[in-house]
Amino acid sequence: MYNKGTIIPGLIIFVLFVTFPLWFNAFSTAASTVPKPELPPGGEKACIAPAAEMRANHMVMLNEWRDDVLRDGDRVAVTVDGKQYRKGLQMACMQCHSNKEKFCDSCHEYASVKPYCWDCHLTQSALATKKETH
Amino acid sequence: MKYAFSFLAVIALVLIAGLGSQIPGMPYLFGVALPYLAMMIFLGGCVYRVVQWGKSPVPFPIQTTCGQGKSLDFIKHNRLEAPNTTAEVVARMFLEVVTFRSLFRNTKSEIYDGPKITYESSKWLWGFALIFHYSFLIVILRHMRLFLDPVPACLGWLEFWDGLFQVGAPTWYMTDIGLLAGCALLFGRRLITRHVRFISLINDYFPLVLIFTIAFTGILMRFFLRTDIDIVTIKQLTVGLVTFSPTIGAEIGAIFYIHLFLVCVLLAYFPFSKLMHFAGVFFSPTRNMKNTSRSERHINPWNPTIRPHSYSGYEDEFREFMVEADIPVEKELAPVKDEKDEE
Repeated sequence: MYNKGTIIPGLIIFVLFVTFPLWFNAFSTAASTVPKPELPPGGEKACIAPAAEMRANHMVMLNEWRDDVLRDGDRVAVTVDGKQYRKGLQMACMQCHSNKEKFCDSCHEYASVKPYCWDCHLTQSALATKKETH
Repeated sequence: MKYAFSFLAVIALVLIAGLGSQIPGMPYLFGVALPYLAMMIFLGGCVYRVVQWGKSPVPFPIQTTCGQGKSLDFIKHNRLEAPNTTAEVVARMFLEVVTFRSLFRNTKSEIYDGPKITYESSKWLWGFALIFHYSFLIVILRHMRLFLDPVPACLGWLEFWDGLFQVGAPTWYMTDIGLLAGCALLFGRRLITRHVRFISLINDYFPLVLIFTIAFTGILMRFFLRTDIDIVTIKQLTVGLVTFSPTIGAEIGAIFYIHLFLVCVLLAYFPFSKLMHFAGVFFSPTRNMKNTSRSERHINPWNPTIRPHSYSGYEDEFREFMVEADIPVEKELAPVKDEKDEE
């Protein structure tokens, strides 16, 4: 083989680069665990849609609510099985799933999803540390 | 039609994965066995191809120059276009790999009545290639969030900038559109430009259709066909794959297996296709050699060794035949024969 001095290091870099996830996870200290989001502390069983659908499409629904309420001024509550849900992250979702850190974040952090809900919304724990400014 | 066949091939692959993964037990084939197999073919095949290339001698300095080579002191040397030192070659190669400078020089030739031939700059290939390759790179880097646990912060920044427009939920990424558009534009270029269409083969069309379909199924999975697409289950499988303990925790939708199977096909096909230009670019003698054809002596590595053969050596080798043929020799034949004659 010609130019061994260049080609072999190049190949080693290539293989290390492609297998990066192997040794990243091998040397990673954190134990990889599948997240278990906390069920509502209040014990509610029913949500606005079945769990599988919520898991797949909750972000779409929240986005639609955001558009309805903030852009179209449509605040008509959604009624499912006789229970009324006001359109809103804090007004509907977080009434039961009250702990963002234990519910939302558990999966979002695992999958590196960074929704921008919290650019505007506040969690209970964040609210406690804020002071009124007006 | 060469391009129609590539569509048929990809449709067949989609059907194989879509239907095959629905058979009980088969998710492990499509989700675990095939990815490992494809990855091994990819790594082994790439290394094999590179070693084969490394074994081929490059007999002459055949670098192409597009500027003034190093000459007398008062003649300005174009260091990038006619590199004279290793550092200059590295700079030239780096820009070639990162910005595709060769494609930037692409020209279009046309014949007019006369006949008269004209050449004009044609930057489409360069532009499309930049869109395609950089989108593909960022898409692949973004996918690392499924393989790394915990996810490094820099991937989060990449996702943030890629989804900067915050359109929809889940957020649309610029590179999703870029990858689809890049494939479509490069494919369209092959169809529309007559010269390129003439020289295009099935192995030019097929990878473009395959990559387009990979991007398309990925987008479908992220935004539209979300039944049984739970990112946590998927990440459990993908992290399992790279820690050699894969498990399929719950049922995953067929679109995921289609996407994954097409990626496996791409990986397995990669080393034996034109896509090997990712390594081949480093082996381009027209780019990676120094422009020293005059200042240094280059010796063909496959030249046979020819030892000097003096006249006296030649005579030693052929003396008997020379004497026999009455050719005069400087040194007579060995005295053994003479002694016999005397006796």
